Amino acid sequence: MKKVIIGNHAVSWGAQLARVEVISAYPITPQTQIVEKLSEMCADGSLAARFIKVESEHSAMAACIGASAAGARTFTATSSHGLVYMHEMLHWAAGGRHPVVMAEVNRALGPGWNIWTDQNDSLSQRDTGWVQLYCETNQEVLDTTIQSFKIAEALDLPVMLVLDAFYLSHTAEPVDIPDQEMVDRFLPPREARFKLDVNDPHAFGALVRPDSYMEMRWLQQQAMREVPGVFDKVEADWMRMFGRHYGAVESYRAEDAELLLVTSGTVTSTARFVVDRRREAGEAIGLVKVKMFRPFPTGPLREALGGVERVAVLDRNISPGHSGIFAEETRAALYDLPPEDRPEIYGYIIGLGGRDVTPSVIDEVIDRTRRSTSAEREDLWVGVSP
Amino acid sequence: MSQLRIDQEIPGEELMTSGHLACPGCAAPLAMRLVLKALGPKTVVVMPASCFTIIAGPWPQSSLRVPLYHAAFAAGPAVASGVRAALDIQGDTDTTVLVWVGDGGTFDIGLQSLSGAAERNENILYCCYDNEAYMNTGIQRSSATPWGAWTTTTPAQHPESSPKKDILGILAAHRIPYAATATIAYPVDLLEKVRHARALRGTRFLHILSPCPPGWKCADDETIEIARMAVQNRVFPLLEVQDGERWRFTVDHAGDPVEPYLRRQGRFRHLNDEQVAHIQADVDARWESLRRRVEASAGRGALTQSLAFG
Repeated sequence: MKKVIIGNHAVSWGAQLARVEVISAYPITPQTQIVEKLSEMCADGSLAARFIKVESEHSAMAACIGASAAGARTFTATSSHGLVYMHEMLHWAAGGRHPVVMAEVNRALGPGWNIWTDQNDSLSQRDTGWVQLYCETNQEVLDTTIQSFKIAEALDLPVMLVLDAFYLSHTAEPVDIPDQEMVDRFLPPREARFKLDVNDPHAFGALVRPDSYMEMRWLQQQAMREVPGVFDKVEADWMRMFGRHYGAVESYRAEDAELLLVTSGTVTSTARFVVDRRREAGEAIGLVKVKMFRPFPTGPLREALGGVERVAVLDRNISPGHSGIFAEETRAALYDLPPEDRPEIYGYIIGLGGRDVTPSVIDEVIDRTRRSTSAEREDLWVGVSP
Repeated sequence: MSQLRIDQEIPGEELMTSGHLACPGCAAPLAMRLVLKALGPKTVVVMPASCFTIIAGPWPQSSLRVPLYHAAFAAGPAVASGVRAALDIQGDTDTTVLVWVGDGGTFDIGLQSLSGAAERNENILYCCYDNEAYMNTGIQRSSATPWGAWTTTTPAQHPESSPKKDILGILAAHRIPYAATATIAYPVDLLEKVRHARALRGTRFLHILSPCPPGWKCADDETIEIARMAVQNRVFPLLEVQDGERWRFTVDHAGDPVEPYLRRQGRFRHLNDEQVAHIQADVDARWESLRRRVEASAGRGALTQSLAFG
């Protein structure tokens, strides 16, 4: 069934089709429509879930953790300050190995107050132990929401699916809503490996001494290492059942390219348009879309970018005092390529706080990268008038 | 209270084991032992950071024979709300979800989460064992520390200068079905309150005074006696509040002078006679206010049943 829906409602439909059992959330723009829709679904009985309307995002994630620890399929959604307010509990969810799924609408952090899109909120949660998947379209948002539960529950890891404020959250696109029966086949009810159970009592999260803490983190890291394999299998199943496929990393018109753009989120769609135009003009330019940020797809990126002359990374974020975060991670991933295959990597800061990333912004990135004779490749800002 | 009565009233089943890591004379494990006896094995414990994080034992051990979730400091009631929702959706509405946490996690860092859960009337039992400071981190003041007390962050030259926060009043103001005070010095009273709470639905709150020999600077064989003194001198009256409206004392309070209680504890050693008199006056005033509340409650019936939607 095709419907024209906004990105936020694509998340709600995804969560409903995944038959979530416990939802806990707190309002924040531009995420709020996700939980408004889910509230309606719970109220009209089309979703048999308990919805806990908590007093803060810290409590929203805490409630998700409790529900997940007791064996329920659990979901929340947030954005920006809500996400960073959850920070402590994000560590708790991951360290406790709770397969919570969260939709996170990328929004800038204050001050000054800004409700528009920007990746610093989710990227500043990089080291909390969550899988992070960045989406480009509303269809991808819906599909990824359902897939996230499968990945999370296979490995007991929490998964954050990320969508851009307004460009996806509030923009309506045609979305194919999968059939419930098929989704049920794709995603059976959760069977928790460990849970709070009065018939089999155990303590969870107790004090761990230095002789065992490291092993727990090692096991968490092993699970993270398994994500790409599980992701590929989940995508293959999805492809077979629903005919759509995205990839942890996607190369677009990258054949024989001299310059590759690296993008994430909705900037990718604009970049596709620019790449098409440049290709028509005979220029060897392509793009690589990074969907999976954690675990970082080092291998696929080496494959996609190795041997290319120049790479321009578009970052709608900044690690103050360093550089754009995707650029930083891409540089680290490619450093171990043989020197002859290692591209020059240019990192551009674009579109912070929702500033529009138009085709001309991407054209400027391309032109600056091609013309550059400078050793200055990090921390290149586009469109700033100081 | 006779030995016979205690033997009859207190169930033999032990859900808290020996080998726990409490300090000698700590009241908290005694309280936990009694509460779990009253609740029985169909109980899930959610335990935010507190002394009991240590007392319950390090991985892979546990001194509790019921499922236990160690939670972040500010998160207890929210985690419990999640556990409750999951159990409910699985059809288990009978198991009690117990939040067990100290005064710091209740009066201070956990108050927002507790207020949220109480306002939503989550079907959980919340027990605060109150040792009147952050004892696990080495005796720092909390908003449960009484006026005039020494702690490591309120040194004797400048002891605690705020009155203890009225946590029972705060919870009662949420109009939850049940809120009560208790101590290990009155075990049958404690058990009766837990049993009564267990039979109710909605948020139930129990404030348990829990003397701490290292923090209060008293001998470790004085815990129960000091807790009894705190009740009899009306520093910590035993009462219960139903629906936030009906207040009732649950034991007789002799109205003993507070001075012997204060003098037994090193944390009050620096107080002069004038300061002791100030504490006595404050205790008297609060007792009077409580007494009026109890009197005003007499004959007050249950609140109108709330109207449920859907």
